[in-house]
Amino acid sequence: MSMQVAKTLDLKGLSCPLPIVKTAQAIKELASGELIEALATDPGSVADFNAWCRSTGNELVEQTEQDGVYRFVIRKK
Amino acid sequence: MSVEEQTLAIPAHEHEEHPKHKKLVIIAWSGELDKVWPQMILATTGAAMGMDVTVFFTFWGLFALVKEDKHITGENWMQKMVALLDRPGMEHLRLSKMNFAGAGPAMMAKLAKEHNVASPGELLKMAVDMGVKLVPCQMTMDLLGLKREDMIDGLAEPAGATTMLMEAQDAITLFI
Repeated sequence: MSMQVAKTLDLKGLSCPLPIVKTAQAIKELASGELIEALATDPGSVADFNAWCRSTGNELVEQTEQDGVYRFVIRKK
Repeated sequence: MSVEEQTLAIPAHEHEEHPKHKKLVIIAWSGELDKVWPQMILATTGAAMGMDVTVFFTFWGLFALVKEDKHITGENWMQKMVALLDRPGMEHLRLSKMNFAGAGPAMMAKLAKEHNVASPGELLKMAVDMGVKLVPCQMTMDLLGLKREDMIDGLAEPAGATTMLMEAQDAITLFI
C-alpha cells in the first residue's frame, strides 16, 4: 500500500468551517483510496477532522502536530 | 492530551459509524448577522459532511438573499418601509446586540478578516456551489413584497410550510 499523498491542502490560518469545507471539496477530485494531506492551524480542526472522517467514512490515517500546525492524512473512501 | 498522544488511526469498526441523520433542514428565520452566520456555517458544514442540506428562508431570513444592488424592496409603502428601515442584503446585516448603528457589524467584519473567518456572503456562495438547497418561503415573500428577481441566483423554487415539513420528516431540523 503506497503512502503517496495525491494532494496537499494548505488550510493554515483558516477558521471553522473552512478547513472541513475545503477538504470536502478537494477530496471530490480524488479517486477512492487516494490520500489527501491537510495542514491546519485551527485547534478545533483536531476534533472536527476526526468527526468529519467518522461521519463521511473517509479514513483518518495519520494525525500529527508540529509547531502549531496540525497535519491530517485522509484516505478517500 | 497532545495530538501526538491521540490514537493515530481510527479503529476499523468506527468507520461504519455514519450519522443516523443524513439530512439537515435549517429554518432560517432571523436576518441578523450573528444568526445568519451560523445558518451559513452549519449549511456548508452539513454539505461538507455529505448531508443533504435544505435551508428554508422565511421572514427576516429572506432579506439576506436580496441582491446587494437592491436597496428598496416591496410594492407598497409598508413593504418599502421595512426595507428602508433595515436595508436588505448579506453585506448589510445588523447584529442582534451591540449593533451601534453599524459600528458593531463593521468591527465584526474586521475581526473576521483578521481571523480568516469566512463571511456569511462567502459561505452562502460556497453553499450554492456545494449543492445546498436554498428555498425561499413563498408566503413571506408575498407578505414582505420580495420578488424572485430581487433575490440572488442559485435559489430553489419558492415553496411553503408543507414542503419544509416534508423535508424535515427524516432530518435534523434547526430553527435559527
